Amino acid sequence: MKFEGTKNYVASESLKLAVHAAMLLEKPLLIKGEPGTGKTMLAQELADSLGTELIQWHIKSTTKAQQGLYEYDAVSRLRDSQLGDEKVHDIANYIVKGKMWQSFDADVRPVLLIDEIDKADIEFPNDLLLELDKMEFHVYETQERIVAKQRPIVIITSNNEKELPDAFLRRCFFHYIDFPNKDEMQQIIEVHHPHIKQDLLTTALEVFFQLRELPHLKKKPSTSELLDWLKLLIAEDIEPEVLRDKSNKGGLVPLFGALLKNEQDVSLLQKLAFMSKRR
Amino acid sequence: MLIEFFLTLRKYRLKTSIRELLDLINALKNQAIFADIDAFYFLARTVLVKDETQYDRFDKAFADYFSGIQDLDVLSALKQAYQIPEDWLRKEFEKNLSPEEKAQIEAMGGLDKLMETLKKRFEEQKERHAGGSKWIGTGGTSPFGSGGYNPEGVRIGEDQPRQRKAVKVWQQRQYKNLDANTEISSRTMKLALKKLRRFARTGASEKLDLNGTISATAKQGGMLDVHMEPERHNAVKVLMFFDIGGSMDDYIKTCEELFSAAHSEFKHLSFFYFHNCLYEHVWEGNIRRRSESIDTMSLINRFGRDYKVIFVGDATMGPYEIDAPGGSVEHWNQESGSSWLNKITNHFDNVVWLNPQPEEHWSYHYSIGMMKSLMKDKMYPLTLDGIGRAIKEL
Repeated sequence: MKFEGTKNYVASESLKLAVHAAMLLEKPLLIKGEPGTGKTMLAQELADSLGTELIQWHIKSTTKAQQGLYEYDAVSRLRDSQLGDEKVHDIANYIVKGKMWQSFDADVRPVLLIDEIDKADIEFPNDLLLELDKMEFHVYETQERIVAKQRPIVIITSNNEKELPDAFLRRCFFHYIDFPNKDEMQQIIEVHHPHIKQDLLTTALEVFFQLRELPHLKKKPSTSELLDWLKLLIAEDIEPEVLRDKSNKGGLVPLFGALLKNEQDVSLLQKLAFMSKRR
Repeated sequence: MLIEFFLTLRKYRLKTSIRELLDLINALKNQAIFADIDAFYFLARTVLVKDETQYDRFDKAFADYFSGIQDLDVLSALKQAYQIPEDWLRKEFEKNLSPEEKAQIEAMGGLDKLMETLKKRFEEQKERHAGGSKWIGTGGTSPFGSGGYNPEGVRIGEDQPRQRKAVKVWQQRQYKNLDANTEISSRTMKLALKKLRRFARTGASEKLDLNGTISATAKQGGMLDVHMEPERHNAVKVLMFFDIGGSMDDYIKTCEELFSAAHSEFKHLSFFYFHNCLYEHVWEGNIRRRSESIDTMSLINRFGRDYKVIFVGDATMGPYEIDAPGGSVEHWNQESGSSWLNKITNHFDNVVWLNPQPEEHWSYHYSIGMMKSLMKDKMYPLTLDGIGRAIKEL
């Protein structure tokens, strides 16, 4: 079965192929790309299209690899022993399953999303090598070996904040989501806002890509920001002419707050607009 | 099967391994794709390349390997596309070159060789277009600048400044930005830098201190007394200053490796660049140095004294560049370089200088001795051993 994108998600040919290959060969798929190009969305839509469960493991800077497997809840066991609870004699009562264990246990082949793996400590990917490769691990406390019933489809996303170790990369397939060009962008928008007026869309896209071309922007607006902005434009019922009118509000496009997330960027844009007016 | 292809990739210095080749063959066996060169391109890229900065290299290798299959004559293709005669193209091309660039082309094996490279690059662009993806310039190695071919001529990127030991460099140069993604033969460097990862317990308490809890509970006569301790994390904060341009160009390669090694090791890490000696301004990116420089003074104010400061530079320059006001080769500096360096060493607790010049040559350069004494003798060679020693000092 091949992933073809969904009615909410436009996937490029190369992305479809990458997902297909990863599913076929049961390899984790590492996805990189600019923020807001739909890396996390991919896992959600993939799970939807396959009709299986999506298990999300969001990584933070404090996340340890062990937490994805299982955790031994020593504190509640200690408390139970204080209260004289019978449960206390079986250590298995205090083993809490992590996200990976959950995905190993699922009856239908699930999609496991390991989100933003680069946020964790640099040792984190190394600690998961064997688990991702063999899809099994050992529970030390109960001397149990956990093997996946079927290998889950693993999607890993990264924002490139840290380099990932080579040994880890060797075990993954890799795809870099390019920023969509104008045509693809139009497709994506039609999927999300089917009733948008054609000329508003064209003008908005022009403004958007001009904005992305600006040098020195701290954070370039990306697809998800564009979608938000369009939603606002539709809600406010703004005419395309207003978008084209550069003199509006000191040269800023209407509702710029959805596109620019940084006050330096906003002031940069104001400066540029001011300069172009004087010319 | 595909062994030649694999070897071609290796020749282009892609870091693919046999394991990945086997994966690719396995994918083909399982019929992930069928007799489709575009699909094969995407599949091979997905399986073999693990870093988008290497996509460019992969494209080159791919085009090279498949050039026999999909040969196209660039010049004639251009002729057709733009309706221009070949001679005109060549002449226009040469007209746009400065003498230096011509010399550089000679070094690359003459115009024909360059055209060959251009052809290769052009094919690759075709390939990309066929695949529907966008042309990505990854910079660094290309002699064609960012745009590659445009009908008016070929922009040739200026790769290295040709003068050394500048007396006054008035000409504005665009130095290459240091690319964090050089080949990681810097693995060894990383290991050396690991020593810097000193673990410190700081921040809010988040982790159960099991031993503390047990002994406290025992003391309380069995009443539970939970003790928490702060999570361990890497608390090393580093500022790095790179000398760029002029006499340092020989060492840029080594510096880049250090740069990419350092990138993943620390939580707080900032890079700044300077030219020859530190003055009142440093800059963050190379290319924008003229427009966006940063006050050294504000740097001192911004970063606390617990930051560890590493200079990387060869310290080979005229003595007046260090100790005389106005000694800078690029601009008029009010205060001498040595006073700025003193400000840095006085503010930060730990400052070292890494010098890519071999240690035994140091005594031949007067300026190195001066710099060394300014650094309170904390100057080390840019070798594994030297880095180890420097880090011990930090």
